[in-house]
Amino acid sequence: MGQETVIELKDVTTSFFSRKQELSVVDRVSFSVEKGETVAIVGESGSGKSMTSLSIMQLVPAPNGKVTNGEIIFNGEDLLKKSKKDMHKVRGNDISMIFQEPMSSLNPVYTIGEQLREQLMYHQPLSKREAHEKGIEMLEIVGFARAREMMREYPHRLSGGMRQRVMIAMALSNNPKLLIADEPTTALDVTVQAQILDLMRGLSKDYDSSIILITHDLGVVAELAQRVVVMYGGQVVEEAKIDEIFDKPLHPYTEGLLNSMPKLNEEQTRLQSIPGSVPTPDNFPKGCRFVTRCPYAMQVCTEEQPTLLEKETRHKVRCFLHEEGVGKDGDINRHSKQTQ
Amino acid sequence: MTTYIIRRLLITIPLLIAISIITFALMQFAPGSPAVLDVDPNVPPEAREAQIEAMGLNEPLPVQYARWISGVVTGDFGNSYITKRPVSDMLLERLPNTLILMTAATILAIVIAIPIGIISAVRQYTKTDYAITLVSFAGVAVPNFWIGLMLIMFLSVQFGWFPVGGVQTLNADFDIMDRLHHLFLPALVLATADTAQLTRYTRTSMLEVKNQDYIRTARAKGFKESKVILKHGLRNALLPLITLIAIMLPTLIGGSVVVESVFSWPGLGDLFMTSVNQRDYPVIMIITMLTAVLVVIGNLIADILYAIVDPRIEYRED
Repeated sequence: MGQETVIELKDVTTSFFSRKQELSVVDRVSFSVEKGETVAIVGESGSGKSMTSLSIMQLVPAPNGKVTNGEIIFNGEDLLKKSKKDMHKVRGNDISMIFQEPMSSLNPVYTIGEQLREQLMYHQPLSKREAHEKGIEMLEIVGFARAREMMREYPHRLSGGMRQRVMIAMALSNNPKLLIADEPTTALDVTVQAQILDLMRGLSKDYDSSIILITHDLGVVAELAQRVVVMYGGQVVEEAKIDEIFDKPLHPYTEGLLNSMPKLNEEQTRLQSIPGSVPTPDNFPKGCRFVTRCPYAMQVCTEEQPTLLEKETRHKVRCFLHEEGVGKDGDINRHSKQTQ
Repeated sequence: MTTYIIRRLLITIPLLIAISIITFALMQFAPGSPAVLDVDPNVPPEAREAQIEAMGLNEPLPVQYARWISGVVTGDFGNSYITKRPVSDMLLERLPNTLILMTAATILAIVIAIPIGIISAVRQYTKTDYAITLVSFAGVAVPNFWIGLMLIMFLSVQFGWFPVGGVQTLNADFDIMDRLHHLFLPALVLATADTAQLTRYTRTSMLEVKNQDYIRTARAKGFKESKVILKHGLRNALLPLITLIAIMLPTLIGGSVVVESVFSWPGLGDLFMTSVNQRDYPVIMIITMLTAVLVVIGNLIADILYAIVDPRIEYRED
């Protein structure tokens, strides 16, 4: 697996500007996704994972938000250098996105058919009839038995799971090379979640499409992803293959996330949690951003930012515990300054 | 749907009865009497009494009301106290003029307010937005008779671009351009307050819609911003405005009272003003009832429009 890179983010920084300051909600994020691969971005609310996906789509809320630095290489081209006009051709065509809120993500005043057709006709030279047939086909692919009738329905007549299927049908209708799924199952019932996950897994196999899956649910990650990027405070703190993340997490935050998952084979009276919450961008600590909640925090962690280092093959981590030359006692023995 | 409309119309009957009673009662509480106005001091008191008696003003109020309302439901609106002509004739003379003025004002308000409101929302917190906000607040705050007088003073008197009043050039044959020329200023003035208000509401509504998830979906589909706003935003943003426009319609009659006086526009508002001054009860009552009926019809139209434009609204047939 993994010869052809579909998208590569290099040091992507996205900031929000207020009159007083610039707040980086995505801070030098780098990772890549290969063809047919599903990469999960994991983190709590406020960790910058959704903003990372909006940065790829260049849908960061204007005028205050802006991608200020980095490169997003897609199809050999830097998306950040593309004109507005060219981005219209990429969005919904080469890269499409499904969102967390299926209940409100469809326009209530247009039929499902209209919403499917308009996307097809915008990016492909199809007649209305052709787009209609293609739309029906897409609805059948995502598992609607009465696809033809479904085209005439309005969103409010559909359940959350059905709407999310429609969103998936819409997102896949132009055969995108990359699908970004932002918490696609969070708002759904558990049984429906399983159906949607099955569907996505099946489709990614059938179409060999790449998926960026954004979630805070490690159960979903285990179901779908081959690789995991863990984000905290707008930074990538760990990146590894799926089994390595679950078997030997290196970053204390990843460890915390795993510990806060309920386990079936152990008797647990209480779920563990990571104390506190993600600091807001204007309250990031000076050193490691996780320092306020880290059980292993050392002196150095409060003073300097750790660097994202490749600890093992294709397993990166941003933590002083795993940096050479940093003693467990918290002395700073490093020779080179690696911050900034 | 038909059942729904019929049911709604039936409900309005008791409502209109209540309105008629209240209007009638208020009329009676108002000081002055129609009989004292057109009196010659030389007329002996006995003759005056006889006059009041003949007009039926001495009878108990419920009797007066019953007589009036039974006339109204059979289409007999009575005669004016002043001109002695049938009220229905007077209405029919005036109604077309007012309807033309109201329609023109409504169209102007919608055509001006909605695009400006959208621009204001799309450019939120820019200089354009602030300028539009400022002007629309002024439009709400400044009384329309003053705007009317200013326009007459500058555009009509000083520059002579528009006629000072009336529906057409005196003694001229019917000419559509001449009519429109006369219509423009009064319609504009009548539309001012509603345009300003509608602009504000369009802006608010559009701002709310702009942050909806389906707008983000439309952007993620790759659509140009103009398509996102005009196709996916506008239709949703217009929904709450339907009610506002429906409520606006009857208030235009109120506005027309002032505007028609300023521009000597021979419509219902002008007639209403004269009638109030002369305590011409039959005319006042009918115009008031007409306004009430307009309110009811406006709301009914709004409800029907909702069912047409918003697929989420259905009226059950039961």
